[in-house]
Amino acid sequence: MKHWAIWLPLALFGVLFAVFASGLIAPGDRTIVSQMIGKPLPDFDLPQAVPDRPAVARADFADGKPKLLNVFASWCVPCVAEAPYLQQLADAGVPIYGVAIRDRSPDVQAFLARNGNPYARIGADDVSKIQFDLGSSGVPETFVIDGKGIIRYQHIGDIRPEHVPMILQKLKEAQ
Amino acid sequence: MFVAAFMVPASAQDTLPPAPYAYKQLDDPAKEKSAQDLMMTLRCLTCQSQSIADSDAPMAGDMRHQVRQRIEAGEDPEAIRAWLIERYGDWVSYEPQVTAMTWPLFAAPIVLLLIAALLLRKRFGRARAAGDKS
Repeated sequence: MKHWAIWLPLALFGVLFAVFASGLIAPGDRTIVSQMIGKPLPDFDLPQAVPDRPAVARADFADGKPKLLNVFASWCVPCVAEAPYLQQLADAGVPIYGVAIRDRSPDVQAFLARNGNPYARIGADDVSKIQFDLGSSGVPETFVIDGKGIIRYQHIGDIRPEHVPMILQKLKEAQ
Repeated sequence: MFVAAFMVPASAQDTLPPAPYAYKQLDDPAKEKSAQDLMMTLRCLTCQSQSIADSDAPMAGDMRHQVRQRIEAGEDPEAIRAWLIERYGDWVSYEPQVTAMTWPLFAAPIVLLLIAALLLRKRFGRARAAGDKS
């Protein structure tokens, strides 16, 4: 056996150690990004979620004005956190259409009474169908839809104060 | 942190009953079988190392509902897989597809087998030649 070969197992150990350590220290990004960006919003027509807001359908997105499509739920904790920033966007004149995922109407009403109602329209989706349409894998998620109904941007997770200017910018780009 | 905020604690699940076909099998055993086979090879979006057939996450239930409904309507299982891949990328399928990026994975075993066959032929050929001489 060649002299240097006795170091091979140690070197192999070093390599494996580095691989496992890097995986533990910086685990890979597990978020699933939608492949639907740049594609038209698929057809859907959802029932009304609360009495004081109209329902949402695909046709409501084709009036030439960019909009936000926000999937949320009363049972979703980060949705509570993002409510004030959605309100900020609504106050800036952005039409926000919401879809309540797997939710009951009284629960949605209580959620809106407690956290504010930034939505111009709210649809109810009891089987998460809209999420499969959008390539969305959780709540909350917010999509920028342009005036022709093309999906332009996906924001995964709750909207925080630092995201508000960025989302306004994306809406401007979608004009 | 971004991902942590995105995950919903187990206590905060919805109260709605599962989608009609989340836990209910199709009446036609042949259709249920093809739905089941497909569901075993589709990845759950919330619990990312389980198939939707194995997962109890509400979203996996909703995905099973979609699969069973589409199979019931006569759609081809591979068309349903393609529909999901179109939305979530290759990631959502456990069945590897041959694409511009993945073809070396499929080609490598064949290439290795060919190299092995060549090496063996060379070696045995030489041994036989040596054997003939003695």
